[in-house]
Amino acid sequence: MSPDTTSVVELNDLTKRYGDVQALRGITLRIAAGEIVAMLGPNGAGKTTSLSLMLGLRRPSSGDVRLFGLPPTDRRARSRAGVMLQESGAPGVLTVRELIALFASYYPAPLPVEQALAMAGLEDKAAARVATLSGGQRQRLYFALAVGGNPEALFLDEPTVGMDIEARRAFVAGIQALAGAGKSVIFTTHYLREAEELATRIVVIDRGVVIADATPRALMARVAGKRVSFTVAEPLPADAFAGLVISALDVSDGRVRFLTSEPETALRRLFARGVEPRDLEVAGADLEEAVLSLTRRPEGA
Amino acid sequence: MTAPLLGMLGAQTMAELRARWRVAAFSVTSLVLPVVFFTFFGLPYASQTFPDGVSVGAYLLVSFAAYGVGNVMVYGFGIGVANERGMKVDLLMRATPLPPAVAVLAKVLVALAFALVSIVVLIVFGVVVGGIRQDLAVWLQVIARLLAGSMPFVALGFAIGYTAGPHAAPALANLIYLPLSFASGLFLPVSQLPGFVQKIAPYLPSYHYGQLAWSAVGARAEPLAVSLAWLAGYTVVFLAIAMRAYRREETRKFA
Repeated sequence: MSPDTTSVVELNDLTKRYGDVQALRGITLRIAAGEIVAMLGPNGAGKTTSLSLMLGLRRPSSGDVRLFGLPPTDRRARSRAGVMLQESGAPGVLTVRELIALFASYYPAPLPVEQALAMAGLEDKAAARVATLSGGQRQRLYFALAVGGNPEALFLDEPTVGMDIEARRAFVAGIQALAGAGKSVIFTTHYLREAEELATRIVVIDRGVVIADATPRALMARVAGKRVSFTVAEPLPADAFAGLVISALDVSDGRVRFLTSEPETALRRLFARGVEPRDLEVAGADLEEAVLSLTRRPEGA
Repeated sequence: MTAPLLGMLGAQTMAELRARWRVAAFSVTSLVLPVVFFTFFGLPYASQTFPDGVSVGAYLLVSFAAYGVGNVMVYGFGIGVANERGMKVDLLMRATPLPPAVAVLAKVLVALAFALVSIVVLIVFGVVVGGIRQDLAVWLQVIARLLAGSMPFVALGFAIGYTAGPHAAPALANLIYLPLSFASGLFLPVSQLPGFVQKIAPYLPSYHYGQLAWSAVGARAEPLAVSLAWLAGYTVVFLAIAMRAYRREETRKFA
């Protein structure tokens, strides 16, 4: 197989169990070269586990993982992947430049160290020892280490956590530059905004399964766009919401709240069923809320 | 396509060397401590000779050289590996194409370099300050034997590094290595140790390590093959302990 036709990542019905916890319940995913994929989901959804399995950092309980068509622990596969993990450490007594140069030596065709420094916005800190970096600078260093090997694909686990605004901006520019150069980027995030801004494809994971896999535009069209809330004086009929396309329904203290992409239809049906909404509000749901509605089971489904 | 392993090894070795050198406390301790001990315990007897004509000064000098090399290995690997685990550097390295064997080999090369320097510093000190005289060939023999025989202490260091956390590792290394050195006659000749220690000594790795050095300066010692067999045996035992601890951690962190 030539590199062009090989998928960057192939996950086949992957499951992962940690003791009693079923972290992944059967994930099948194929990522082609050049895709910028955001793995989106709440904490504990299985994003980091999926990434760890893709990279061979953990072994699946069942299912098959391929990285560039090879087992992910194969050195030939790893030589094509740059990685940025949460919670990894770095040898503190080396300088930023030394550590980037060291990592570059692990890869067959690395970037010049200066270029990796520039992409991470770390030029000023090149001579500083790693131990002296702030949290945000350290995060940039990990980004520099991931891109320094000039890999075909980047795997970034929650890359912007701990970044200040400036670092985040540099990071976004870096990703866009990499995308422009035809690299694949796979990153996890729980910020929809970040996924929408950077990704060509968003994979939403919740409780160990993929619940949506689409372009940002298609996903946005699917998620419930409006938040409806009103008060009711009388108890609701039992089947008041039957058949309505709504999600995240919450009824408490006489106040009803739900998300929907068709507020007019939903309200018309409710009126027809004798519900008399008072103090009605219809507002644009914020995006986080909207995608979260995807990650919960839709009501009545 | 992958990067050449030799290039990786070179870069990794340089980085280890830098990192090791910059932890001044460690590099100074490992070079100076044997000299300090020799000054107190060896220098006063430097000009004496044993009844069989062997120089007491040379005997004690190579004893402390053996102590020094073991020290570099046990502390260097014990504390170094425990620290890397504590700081989660192992996690960072794991995702790269760097083969673990190359990383380990780089550490061993750097430790051997430090050990070499520690022996040379001690010998120069003994020759210049203590007036101890041996043929150059004898000194070279001592250096070669001590470096080649140091593998059980490398393995012991790894065993400590994978068993103990970064805070416990220095204490554990001390607790194991210091009594081991004393009881094996590296500080005082075995004949001057308490009776029960004399009985234990022949079963200790550092005792057989000492034999390598003592026989090099002409002292009566067990056959070389016996020393090497003991050292090889202990290397296997310590490596097995290290591998077990390593595997246990692999399962915990990465399974």
